[in-house]
Amino acid sequence: MWKWLHSYADPERAYKLASTLLPWFAFSAILLISVGTIWGMLFAPMDYQQGESFRIIYIHVPSASMSMAAYMAMASASFVGIVWQIKTADWVAASIAPIGAVITFIALLTGAAWGKPMWGTWWVWDARLTSELVLLFLYLGVISLYASFEDKVLAARAAGILAIVGVINIPIIKYSVDWWSSLHQPATIKITEKSAMPMEMLAPLLINIVGFGLMIGAITLVRYKAEILARNGMRPWVRELAKAEASK
Amino acid sequence: MKRGISYTQAFLTLLQRDLKIAIRHRGDIFNPLLFFVLVVTLFPLGIGPEPQVLSRVAPGIIWVAALLASMLSLERLFKADFNDGSLEQMLLSPQPLPILVLSKVLAHWILTGVPLILVAPLLAVLLHLESNSYTALILTLTVGTPVLSLLGAIGVALTVGLRKGGVLLSLLILPLYIPVLIFATSAIDAAGLNLPYTGQLAIIGAMLVGSLIMAPFAIGASLRVSTN
Amino acid sequence: MIQFESFSEFLNMGGYAFYVWLSYGVTFGSLGILLFLSLRQKRSVLLEISKKMAREDRLKETRSSR
Repeated sequence: MWKWLHSYADPERAYKLASTLLPWFAFSAILLISVGTIWGMLFAPMDYQQGESFRIIYIHVPSASMSMAAYMAMASASFVGIVWQIKTADWVAASIAPIGAVITFIALLTGAAWGKPMWGTWWVWDARLTSELVLLFLYLGVISLYASFEDKVLAARAAGILAIVGVINIPIIKYSVDWWSSLHQPATIKITEKSAMPMEMLAPLLINIVGFGLMIGAITLVRYKAEILARNGMRPWVRELAKAEASK
Repeated sequence: MKRGISYTQAFLTLLQRDLKIAIRHRGDIFNPLLFFVLVVTLFPLGIGPEPQVLSRVAPGIIWVAALLASMLSLERLFKADFNDGSLEQMLLSPQPLPILVLSKVLAHWILTGVPLILVAPLLAVLLHLESNSYTALILTLTVGTPVLSLLGAIGVALTVGLRKGGVLLSLLILPLYIPVLIFATSAIDAAGLNLPYTGQLAIIGAMLVGSLIMAPFAIGASLRVSTN
Repeated sequence: MIQFESFSEFLNMGGYAFYVWLSYGVTFGSLGILLFLSLRQKRSVLLEISKKMAREDRLKETRSSR
């Protein structure tokens, strides 16, 4: 059933697949993010409690939810790479990591910028902000571990082990931070209360969540193509491409 | 293939060897302990000597210092064996790697975790810890420091082959230490208020069991990557 | 239906202009930088490989001419 997947362990076929997928991902990501953002910024009704500041939701929630999803994607790719020794999967993980870190950073920063008008302070040790911060540290750990090995085959394997250990720990960390913050701050204002959001507000949010996911996919493909080329510098098909690029 | 010795024998032999080596280099045992004591004494100098303030922050200070001390001492866990090649011999031996790794981690915990637990009550006195909290402090340290050693060993195994692994190690393992820190300090706080803290202790115990089962395999896989 | 009466009101964001535009600016700014770096990565990798190839060719030439 999964036999067709095996052929993509060949770097050249994986590269070609990435090239064919990239325009679709890029186009739909641009479309959805523009629609979602413009709808959210201009047409969605104002929140009667938070005023216009709630419009930060249209980038904060997508980046926050995608930061976790990107980590899961990275860890699954590492898992495939380690268990079945498929190098192309290792490279996927290596390409997602920096993107995930940027998305997590965005989620943190927009959370802080939303917290300032709502809570009156840039940073509170709120459960979600804290676990997002820990997630950023996990990403940075994976990135710097991957960067510090000279041999990239070993680097991918080491970073993969770390990513998988992190995945086992994420629920524990999340649970412990939730529990810790409910212990220390009994009365925080929840900014993303899931209280019956009207459809006109919810629709652009959902569009943007999907759009952010597709955008992460698109940037991953861009980085993935470069990663494949960098790891296969000795292959003839890569050398052809290099020759063409140099003569441009 | 004949294995030569049983798993238990292999485990005990390696444990004995590590303890013997450590007793011959006593600095390795005392330096982390000294670091622990020094960090704890710095805090009152930094935040002022008022007993109320100190007893409020004591659990956190003791635990954070213990965490840092255990991380510092971890660096040496595989370094010497890696440098003189005995680590590769272990990887090549017919005994399963997780068992050997577990024995090394246990030796490390006996050498650094146990002294920490013994010294902690004295430091708690200096920090005016609530008198109800002492049992909780000792219990959380007893159950929690092995978790620190096990999780930390994964990070050490990943960085042992790198020349500048020190700072990287802290980035890799400190996030993994967060749950232990949270539950341990809250258990001590609860004990100070005469509340039951068995729940927190049970969760740390669960983490200990979980990491005992899973960490040796992760450490083994990481060592195979590092010694390649 | 557009929720804002005028363009300046849109920019003002009901008094939360700084926070809203800071968030959007940082988001799209950092995504733009990430995208730019990622797009450039491919070209730099290929140029590096072609440089390496040129170096190998020169090595081969000097060896054969000797």
